[in-house]
Amino acid sequence: MTLAQTTATGPIDERGMPGRHLPPRWIAQHSSILLLGLVLLLLPAVAGNFVLDQIVGWTLILGMIALSLMFLAGYGGMVSLVQMTVAGVAGYMVAVLGASSLPTISLFWPWWVATPLAIGIAVVFGTFAGALSARTEGIYTIMITLAIAAAFFYLTLQNWSIFNGFNGFTSIPAPIVFGINWKAPIPLYYLILFCAALSYAAVVYVSRAPFGLALQGVRDDPRRMEAIGYNITAHRIAAYAFAALIAAVGGVLLVWLNNQISPGTAGIEATIDLLVIAVVGGLGHPIGAFVGAFIYVILRTFALDALVAVGLDGRRFQTIIGLGFLVIVLFSPDGVVGLWRRWTARISSADGGSHR
Amino acid sequence: MATAFDGERAVRGGSRGDVLVRWIGGHPAAALITGLAVVGVLWLILAPWPAGFEDLFGRKRLLITALFNGITLGGLYFLVASGFTLIFGLMRNVNLAHGSLYLFGGYMGYETVDWTGSWLLSYVVAFICCAIIGAAMQVLIFRRMEGQDLRQTLTTLGLSIVFADLMVWVWGGNAFQITTPDYLMGPTPVPIVVAVKSSGEAVFLAYPRVRLAIFAAAVLIGIGMWLVLNRTRIGVMIRAGVDDRDMLSVLGYPVQLVFVLVFAFGAGLAGMAGIVGGTFQSISLGEDSHFLLASLQVVIVGGMGSIPGAALGALIIGLSEQIGLVYFQNYATVLTFLIMVIVLALRPQGLLGKR
Repeated sequence: MTLAQTTATGPIDERGMPGRHLPPRWIAQHSSILLLGLVLLLLPAVAGNFVLDQIVGWTLILGMIALSLMFLAGYGGMVSLVQMTVAGVAGYMVAVLGASSLPTISLFWPWWVATPLAIGIAVVFGTFAGALSARTEGIYTIMITLAIAAAFFYLTLQNWSIFNGFNGFTSIPAPIVFGINWKAPIPLYYLILFCAALSYAAVVYVSRAPFGLALQGVRDDPRRMEAIGYNITAHRIAAYAFAALIAAVGGVLLVWLNNQISPGTAGIEATIDLLVIAVVGGLGHPIGAFVGAFIYVILRTFALDALVAVGLDGRRFQTIIGLGFLVIVLFSPDGVVGLWRRWTARISSADGGSHR
Repeated sequence: MATAFDGERAVRGGSRGDVLVRWIGGHPAAALITGLAVVGVLWLILAPWPAGFEDLFGRKRLLITALFNGITLGGLYFLVASGFTLIFGLMRNVNLAHGSLYLFGGYMGYETVDWTGSWLLSYVVAFICCAIIGAAMQVLIFRRMEGQDLRQTLTTLGLSIVFADLMVWVWGGNAFQITTPDYLMGPTPVPIVVAVKSSGEAVFLAYPRVRLAIFAAAVLIGIGMWLVLNRTRIGVMIRAGVDDRDMLSVLGYPVQLVFVLVFAFGAGLAGMAGIVGGTFQSISLGEDSHFLLASLQVVIVGGMGSIPGAALGALIIGLSEQIGLVYFQNYATVLTFLIMVIVLALRPQGLLGKR
């Protein structure tokens, strides 16, 4: 697990207690994230609906699901490929329990029953998958979770009685609550932004809470943690449950954004894309998940046209993604965030030198 | 860990027959149940069925064909997964590009049959092509990141994305079927009664000859691998490497050479399996992830790094897939998934895996 160890030095180093610093210093330290939050809050004033939902909204949702993977991989040392599937389960359950264009399958329960239940089922599923893989170590996790994810994909593809096979579900509405139609672009954008910010804060908080610190201990040396009395399997399974909650909320939002879900939503390609997002962004810091998602969404939306514009075959998009991923894995194991950190560190050290 | 050590010593200490006798002595009830189950299954297969059975199992031909399909599919899965499990066992490298090698071998085989018309030659070509790619991957990439499991796995993942897209570029999205050579064309009679005519004459099962031939080849390859692993010097080195890689290199054996050979062999085997798959079914886009998944399931069920485990796992997964397809179509994958879950819950290291 060398990658996780090298990349995750960040979260460990940042363990400094927030209470020790004065508020202005805290603002200065987190200026970039506060600025980003401000920009995202004010974005609807300037940006059109396409940018709001299809670029930023999609980025934040993918970022949330990738964040759950980052949490498990970065803090727990468990590269779980089942997170996209957890999101898929939540999405499918929203369609099955709630409303869709298929009255033969959908149960049309009200949203306040269907949505929490869907999230609950997805969390149970994610926890169960975690319990299966938590007893094995390291590299086995990838194999087992990938096998579970692929099994779910083939199940949705083959099964017509619950998952409606190849076609999946369409016309899944977002609910109307407090008189607001949450399908409308701006309310949906704020809902996504709220959930993403909350999950980010939750991951940052948990990573510094006793549970998160113990989890990082389990990652670094499971034997020693066991020897001093921690139940390492319980810590791992709890981490899976927490991550599954974030992924499940992301899955529900994804269905509300796209209005549809089909086997491809949580297919093998989507599963692998999610890992690519998390690794390219960087497994060392929660923000990496969102950075990776942003790069992915931008590439996905514009690379085709850009490739054609420079005279290349637009269909070679996957090769670009794969090569980019390889470059990151080979040369910057802590992702784009790691590149950025080393770059800023070099700048600041160069500054320090010139002042002396 | 005392029990595991004792078990291992028991396996090493006596011949296989001894182990079986000892196991029966130790678990008389389990042995009785297993024996009865084996006899029951054999009777189900060989004897003509009484009237009530058709209601329970459907037509006998259906069950027997599913069993044969499952076993021959298991042979194909064994070819793919044995290379995967060897590479994993020796180098701790989860080669997620293994499915891509399978698909590439299938395409190369298709091209060879298309050019030369020789089905047997296509195996040689696919084996060599995939072995070269496998060796190149080991020499150029994985040697540089030895001991970094996760990074190696991520690299194979990146490679599989690129490979898949490049293969779409060259061969497009259409499915190809490799033509079966004339001498393996058509059905061959099997001495199993599937039905009795009203005149009292027994109807025997006729099964595609090519599938039987390929299954026989898979068994031969499996026995060959077992002999190489257990009876030759290089086999001893590989087994020692699976057990303790560092110790092998400390003792001055050419570990890097063994790595390259095993990687090339495993990749070549996957390529050959691609031709088998192309003849059985077809080769097309998406088959790479299908067979990667199959290898994962086989290796998880059978035990990681174990060749007999791969054989057992391949048989179980192949059978459960085909039987699931016949009896519960909507939930066929759930059956294989359940088997995986049960194995993981009871024996996380797989049926024949070592800790």
